[in-house]
Amino acid sequence: MKTLKDAKLGSTVTVVKLHGEGAVKRRIMDMGITKGVQVFIRKVAPLGDPVEVNIRGYELSLRKADAQMIEVTD
Amino acid sequence: MPIKIALAGNPNSGKTTLFNALTGSNQFVGNWPGVTVEKKEGKLKGHKDVVITDLPGIYSLSPYTLEEVVARNYLIHEHPDAILNIIDGTNLERNLYLTTQLLELGIPTVIAINMMDVVKKNHDVIDVARLGQELGCPVVEISALKGIGIQEAAKKVVFLAQEGLPTAPVHKFAEEVENVLTQIEEKITGVKEEEKRFFAIKLFERDEKIKELLDCVPEVEDIVKETEEKMDDDSESIITNERYTYLSSIIEHCYVTKSKRKLTVSDKIDRIVTNRWLALPIFAIVMVIVYYVSVTTVGTMATDWVNDGVFGDGWHLFGIGSSEYTEKSDEFSDASLKTEAYFDAAEAAGIDVEALRASWEDGELDETALAAFETEAQAAGLTGEAEVMDDETGEVAETIPVALQDFESAVAVREPDPADYGVWVPSIPVLIEDGLTAINCVDWLQDLILSGIVGGVGAVLGFVPQMLVLFLFLAFLESCGYMARIAFIMDRIFRKFGLSGKSFIPMLIGTGCGVPGVMASRTIENDRDRKMTIMTTTFIPCGAKLPIIALIAGALFQGAWWVAPSAYFVGVAAIVLSGIMLKKTKMFAGDPAPFVMELPAYHLPTVGNVLRSMWERGWSFIKKAGTIILLSTILLWFLQGYGVENGSFGRVTDLNNSILAAIGGVIAPLFAPLGWGDWKAAVAAVTGLIAKENVVGTFGVLYGGLDEVAENGWQIWDAMRMEFTMLSAYSFLVFNLLCAPCFAAIGAIRREMNSAKWTWFAIGYQCIFAYAVSMCIYQLGMLFTTGAFGIGTVVAFLIVALILYLLFRPYHEKNKLTVKVRV
Repeated sequence: MKTLKDAKLGSTVTVVKLHGEGAVKRRIMDMGITKGVQVFIRKVAPLGDPVEVNIRGYELSLRKADAQMIEVTD
Repeated sequence: MPIKIALAGNPNSGKTTLFNALTGSNQFVGNWPGVTVEKKEGKLKGHKDVVITDLPGIYSLSPYTLEEVVARNYLIHEHPDAILNIIDGTNLERNLYLTTQLLELGIPTVIAINMMDVVKKNHDVIDVARLGQELGCPVVEISALKGIGIQEAAKKVVFLAQEGLPTAPVHKFAEEVENVLTQIEEKITGVKEEEKRFFAIKLFERDEKIKELLDCVPEVEDIVKETEEKMDDDSESIITNERYTYLSSIIEHCYVTKSKRKLTVSDKIDRIVTNRWLALPIFAIVMVIVYYVSVTTVGTMATDWVNDGVFGDGWHLFGIGSSEYTEKSDEFSDASLKTEAYFDAAEAAGIDVEALRASWEDGELDETALAAFETEAQAAGLTGEAEVMDDETGEVAETIPVALQDFESAVAVREPDPADYGVWVPSIPVLIEDGLTAINCVDWLQDLILSGIVGGVGAVLGFVPQMLVLFLFLAFLESCGYMARIAFIMDRIFRKFGLSGKSFIPMLIGTGCGVPGVMASRTIENDRDRKMTIMTTTFIPCGAKLPIIALIAGALFQGAWWVAPSAYFVGVAAIVLSGIMLKKTKMFAGDPAPFVMELPAYHLPTVGNVLRSMWERGWSFIKKAGTIILLSTILLWFLQGYGVENGSFGRVTDLNNSILAAIGGVIAPLFAPLGWGDWKAAVAAVTGLIAKENVVGTFGVLYGGLDEVAENGWQIWDAMRMEFTMLSAYSFLVFNLLCAPCFAAIGAIRREMNSAKWTWFAIGYQCIFAYAVSMCIYQLGMLFTTGAFGIGTVVAFLIVALILYLLFRPYHEKNKLTVKVRV
């Protein structure tokens, strides 16, 4: 299973499914990361975490631990 | 009945700007009951009967964050007459996600698409009429920043509110979802028709918090489960997916963008500012500027002016005559040093100068006695030696011989009066004192007003200038978008201790002064991170704690270089340990803290908004924190200044006779396990509550009988060495660094926590933690240096074991919001 955490910097991936439950999952979805949406991985923070992605036309930052819950495909 | 309008929208959508434009200066800022979330209300300009409530900036109406629960509870319970929903036109899709949820509440809604000027500049087109049709509510175009379209939006929303017709959402989800929702709606009773859809969706999502709002909760678990199995997803995700799918479908028709993945100005800025290599240096530069201006230079100068000028003796207007006065004043202190030295020499030679010296000290030099003395001194061939002390090391820096003619010129130098130079403005205490004397006010009342009340007010206002400078920076950093980047850059380090990347600023400012440091925590959105930051910021040694460090280092450690750095190390370690321990406690473990954060586009904020934010925060400090600071300052002034002297109760001249000294005697044994069970040390620690640097002054009074000592107290170093060992002194230092901060900081903590319970928890934790750490240092230090083993040693080991347990016990982040919201 490939997750958003493994996605290469500068690539665009498509969300397949969201794992996990509760607050974090709901928040991720509220921010627009839902099934079928395209995510562009823009940047990694200077200290290696979190990552910055572009989604639905805006910039979002999320931690790698949370990115691991997002299953993606190229 | 006034018309109630709720202003709702995403963070960074320009909501505050719009609110300010709608209400002008007609605002009331407070907190939502019982929580640290800010609540703003204001009257619509030109409409006295229209009240606008600014809801917290939110992305959704989920039950997981405090802001969202506050907002939805308000919408359901208070049922405003209309909602004005502000949308960022450059980020339509995600902003409209909240709109789909607001529309389900059955409250008439007007959508205001903001930043239309930017949308047009990018040559994007939004079909407003079509969007309104699709969503089933009026849509207006505005630019809050430029003030375009605001009146029209206000007019529309007021009209809708007056009409008072409930609305039904027109948007539809996929058929199978709609079927289930209809089934649930049928089961709901006791709810207004137009609200049914909202409750049906919440029940479908298994929203725990919504059940508290329903009188009878229908049983829907079976049909929800069935749908979940059919659609292979959990019910919450099904709804969220449906909303975004619906939005994508309508945006296709209403929004045309010409700029395909073109780099915007904001993108270009971000490429540099959060660049892998440049981000940290840029961050460091920004922090240095913030610190340098608000703590080192402008802020401190302004604060000194308030403390020493407005509430001290007075000040020279625009500094006119100030340098001249300083010159004369230096001349005078130089001359009096020589005079003193000559008198000392005379005494040593057996010449009686007591009366003459007294007359000189009073400023009414006895000329005949002086002439007689000079003759005598000449006959004896007397010379003195003036010793110039170095305030840094407490050692003699220079010895100047004083011959008779030096003495003759020195003794004639009069103390300069600052009022004689330039334009002198007397201070508030001086003016009030003159006034009180003029009306023959009784002594004790005059003392209470001057030392107690005016002193207390001065203590509050002294912090304000520095705070305003800091708030100006914070407001700018927040509204331009850089603050979110700070969280992005620093998150990795701080999240391990239960803190936010934004906690860096409060802690940095805390090295200067803990009061603005605590107030700076306002920029942290997450409730848990903010509370944790408030609790730990004052562990960092602030400017006022430096004299204590200098005193201990100088007196007991021969000024060893490592004492000061070790104090900072202790402070940082206390933050790290407390962060890890506290985040696992019941008080904190309750709330989930997902770090999924928007990085808003950079933009230049308006001067008006920045100034307004600065003023609001400054004023709330004066109002909320000021009361506590004032009352506690008066209380301690009383305890310190009153007591039993010469058999009767009243104003005491000797601190030894004060009530405070008596209290010190009672509580002193408590500190015996820490190595300093002497009442003097206990009293000094208590006076540190007024201001930490008072600890040194109190030692000066108690050990040396000196009214004034140097900042590092070198005059009493010898006396200190008699009372303290290196270990007990270090334990005393650590206790004073970590225990409850000064009253001003406690007031700031109270302001930011917005809860007496949390304030007590914070102060209690700090004191207990300080006690535990100091005790471990002393007891274990004794064990290793002298081999002394006793009950104290056992307790110290137990404390270490407890701390280790609290640090390493397993911990699971909670998935639900447990904070009770009373709205």
